[in-house]
Amino acid sequence: MSEPALEARGLTLVYGSGETAVRALDGVDFQANAGEIQALMGPSGSGKTTLLMILGCLLHPTVGEVRVEGRLVAGLSNPALARLRLQRMGFIFQSYNLFPALTAEENIQVALELKGHDLAEAPALLELVRLGGRLHNFPRQLSGGEKQRVAIARALAGDPPILLADEPTAALDSINGRAVVKLLAQLAHEQGRAVVVVTHDPRVGDLADRIVHIEDGRIQC
Amino acid sequence: MKRGQAYRWGMGMAGLLAWRNLAHDRSRFVVTLVGISFAVVLIAMQLGLFLGFSDSATNVIRHTRADFWVVPKGSRNFEITMPLNERELYLARSVPGVAHAEALLVQFAIWKKPGGGDESVLLVGSDLNTGLAGPWDIVAGHLEDLRRPDTVMIDRLFAETLGVGALGTTVEIRGQRARVVGFTQGIRSFTTNPWVFASYRTAQHLTQFAESETNYVIGTFEPGADPLRVRDALARILPRTDVNLSEQFAARTRDYWMFATGAGASVLVSAVLGLLVGMVIVAQVLYATTVDHLPEFGTLRAMGAPRAFIYKVILSQAVISATLGHLPGITVSLLLAKASESGAALVLVPPSLAIGLFGVTLAMCVLASVISIRKAMDIDPAMVFQR
Ligand SMILES: Nc1ncnc2c1ncn2[C@@H]1O[C@H](COP(=O)(O)OP(=O)(O)OP(=O)(O)O)[C@@H](O)[C@H]1O
Ligand SMILES: [Mg+2]
Repeated sequence: MSEPALEARGLTLVYGSGETAVRALDGVDFQANAGEIQALMGPSGSGKTTLLMILGCLLHPTVGEVRVEGRLVAGLSNPALARLRLQRMGFIFQSYNLFPALTAEENIQVALELKGHDLAEAPALLELVRLGGRLHNFPRQLSGGEKQRVAIARALAGDPPILLADEPTAALDSINGRAVVKLLAQLAHEQGRAVVVVTHDPRVGDLADRIVHIEDGRIQC
Repeated sequence: MKRGQAYRWGMGMAGLLAWRNLAHDRSRFVVTLVGISFAVVLIAMQLGLFLGFSDSATNVIRHTRADFWVVPKGSRNFEITMPLNERELYLARSVPGVAHAEALLVQFAIWKKPGGGDESVLLVGSDLNTGLAGPWDIVAGHLEDLRRPDTVMIDRLFAETLGVGALGTTVEIRGQRARVVGFTQGIRSFTTNPWVFASYRTAQHLTQFAESETNYVIGTFEPGADPLRVRDALARILPRTDVNLSEQFAARTRDYWMFATGAGASVLVSAVLGLLVGMVIVAQVLYATTVDHLPEFGTLRAMGAPRAFIYKVILSQAVISATLGHLPGITVSLLLAKASESGAALVLVPPSLAIGLFGVTLAMCVLASVISIRKAMDIDPAMVFQR
């Protein structure tokens, strides 16, 4: 069997220190495989975002180790971690985080340029999220669902094997939310990516291959 | 600006993002550009005045076709003169390597206007036969007219001050009658005392200077002579004088008026103030623009954009602002400089200054963006998840 795309062992994360210390994660093991979409669910404050940030190499765990495609990230420098995120991962955020002054196409081209890809790939990526006709629209001219699809197309720039999404449907109504989740599932199943989605949304659960419940920083079985 | 254009300028998506971020808030961008232009005009005017002053302070020396100037020992400028014995002229002529030497008379004098009232003027008397010194840019009358006794030329810039409406006007200089037979155009004076050009003989007569005395000995070198060597030979033979090459005397006079008097320092201080004001304006606006777009910088960092990309965005903002602010600023400055040609104070904005100022504007904007860069680099990429 091939390496898991993401693998974490014994993750503990403590924010702050002394009396105000918060133990956000407490001995978490986690794995994400290519071709699978996983939902990470749990109550507010349970540590979902914290786990996602550690998996995305944006945060170092207090204890524990993370491997990306088999490679231990603990010893990597900040620029090396940035390169790893850039080349191997795509991020999707609850509030889309598009560049408001750039068109849909240009938003994707920023990611393409950063990843060293041809800018001419942008229209095909927008086509993939069924926004082929909205190349020249600015984010303010798009609906919430459309914005999130542009954000997904941007995350797909450079063809990263891992997609990490934090509450991608929280700001969307049920129809748009469902379309976004379907798209993410499709990206896992048809294109073989490892997809991890943090969510409160039961619709995501329905379409996920696996649901991981987390409560008070611990995985529930 | 289309994406293609930003690309052709080699700025890439970072340049496009910079441009759009600036253009996004149009009114603030306009304020920035006005601020930068204003700073450019301020700096250009002060430096232009400095160059104009320098030019006025040395124009008579620079338009004299002499190779060397023998001046009374300790003379620090052209205008405030001391007497020199005529003997020095004959000694100078005897030095090997000197092709020609002649005397030059420069004296303050009181000019009585035809309609009443006095003006203090600087009378310059020179040898008309050689044409080494004397008026240039003559726009009315002829140099030959100065050969007639007690005739003078003045500059159009000072005609009104001196109460001269037309050629032929008769005035009084040191109580002697003199007639204006010509006008020059654009010969300013640093001291603001009008120049009055005359033949050596007329100047001698009007100022009642002793035959045996003069103010300067000027002359030319033999072709092929080594200027420094001949100058040193002159200095040995004329120990009570300072012997200068033409450029040296011009530099000495300029340094005296510009620095010894503090006139130059004050315009330079104003130029530096302009620079500081410009920098504060640019720093303010670039900072505000960066803060407004902080979440985007966070997104870029989270995506894994290298630091260089973020520097490039912010520096592109600075370069775009500098370029678009410099253009109107320098255009206004060049127009003002053009307008100053007929005014009392000359503002010189030569191409080298216009181009140099672009460098200054660029440096000003780039320096001003340093705080913005720090702000953008300090942000925690994790912030993009915390909403
Ligand atoms: N920067 C921080 N400093 C201190 N405590 C933090 C910080 N970030 C998160 N926490 C705490 O860590 C715990 C886990 O937070 P996290 O954001 O991972 O929760 P979450 O499961 O994503 O919640 P939500 O569903 O509300 O987004 C919470 O108790 C939170 O208050
Ligand atoms: Mg969260």
